[in-house]
Amino acid sequence: MTTSGSSLPKPLWLLAELTYRCPLQCPYCSNPLDIARYTNELRTEDWVRVFREARALGAVQLGFSGGEALVRKDLEELIAEAHRLGFYTNLLTSGVGMDERRIRAFKEAGLDHIQISFQASTEELNNFIAGKDSFRHKLEMARLVKQYGYPMVLCFVLHRHNTDQVEQILDMAHALQADYVELATTQYYGWALLNRDQLFPTREQVQRAEAIAHRYQEKLKGKMRTLYVVPDYYEDRPKACMRGWGSIFLTVAPDGTALPCHAAGSLPGLTFPNVREHDIAWIWNESQDFNRFRGFGWMKEPCRTCPEQAKDFGGCRCQAYLLTGDPANADPVCSKSPHHGELQARVRAMGEGASVDGDLAPIVFRNMRASKRQIALTAGTLGYPRPLFPVP
Amino acid sequence: MSLAFGPDDILRIAPMFRLQWEESQDCYVLLYPEGMVRLNGSAGEILSRCDGHRSVGAIVADLKARFPEAGSLEADVYAFLSTAHDNQWIQPA
Repeated sequence: MTTSGSSLPKPLWLLAELTYRCPLQCPYCSNPLDIARYTNELRTEDWVRVFREARALGAVQLGFSGGEALVRKDLEELIAEAHRLGFYTNLLTSGVGMDERRIRAFKEAGLDHIQISFQASTEELNNFIAGKDSFRHKLEMARLVKQYGYPMVLCFVLHRHNTDQVEQILDMAHALQADYVELATTQYYGWALLNRDQLFPTREQVQRAEAIAHRYQEKLKGKMRTLYVVPDYYEDRPKACMRGWGSIFLTVAPDGTALPCHAAGSLPGLTFPNVREHDIAWIWNESQDFNRFRGFGWMKEPCRTCPEQAKDFGGCRCQAYLLTGDPANADPVCSKSPHHGELQARVRAMGEGASVDGDLAPIVFRNMRASKRQIALTAGTLGYPRPLFPVP
Repeated sequence: MSLAFGPDDILRIAPMFRLQWEESQDCYVLLYPEGMVRLNGSAGEILSRCDGHRSVGAIVADLKARFPEAGSLEADVYAFLSTAHDNQWIQPA
């Protein structure tokens, strides 16, 4: 059965996670903990079919991501195909695995935008967090991105260890002539959740960083745009995650699993369709999983009667599950959630823990060996063995 | 309101953006890194003529010829171009 019509939501944003292989080991990675299982990557022709089917449904933004998308030798070919189909193509990368020859080849293939992520503004911290000597190479790649006429977008994922560098980070971005800087707050899924106690910033750190970001937004108005978002654990209303489930966003994992967001694989009771077995139209329009939290019918109280439901869609389903044990609960970031108090208590405890680093378990870096250990620990279950808070 | 451009100015879409007709949305869109602006009918007609060759005066004349029923659209075009410039969508060619 095919469905058409302009009233249906369209997967405007397609995120192609080409591989979970990555030369870096960032402990805040939002990839699933079981990356070592994803050995069966889609082939070039599978991806091209996915792009064609998604484009036919109205997809217009395409992100090449991972892992590190540069690991894929067919990246140039995939960019060229996506460009021919009319996508606006974004490469979200660490820059490791790139050189001038590839930057030129991407340009010729029609790539619109390269976003390079840095781990910090100093070489020492950048290389420590990345688990690899990569800072100087990233700087060189950022300069080349500018030289080849791409929009210059830099991304810094913030956490306790680099939040105090925000001023130096913004100075560095400005010196590199960035058009846009994303100060992305760590989202606590996947590896980031595993390392949450070690990564979570204090409220004072967040307030200082926010003030600095606002100062630069004013100072560099019209020259460099700075995006800064406060970690949602410190908010009292949830983020409008993915602008709603199955609303505009479609992720395809390296093995072809289709997901409404890149963290949704951790949710229980959902299997998620695979692009090897179904076309994108069926997956998006018909599959049970993409309809599971679409719209408002699935909501429980307090969301069901909340006047703000169309504004935030009840927040994030993954966060609701990870923090309360039920993905249909309100995101506990919301002060209307009965679990909000527990989250606040945990946030306070983490803030206090931040001042006594010595008592914390060591950071777990994201790599295949650590992934195999996590798989063994969770004894065959996908994702997390249990919710992080006791379910009442 | 002060206007950003006069009839002799020649404009183009800023390099940060890509203007594209989207069949599935039945409108022009401006695409930029990880984002999209959906344009209404008249905004799309104006921006699609900012091609780095035609002057603003020529664009106004072309729009008048194409949409005679729209009447005097001059003020609206100049006002929209000022807004588009504030949003950094266009720049002098």
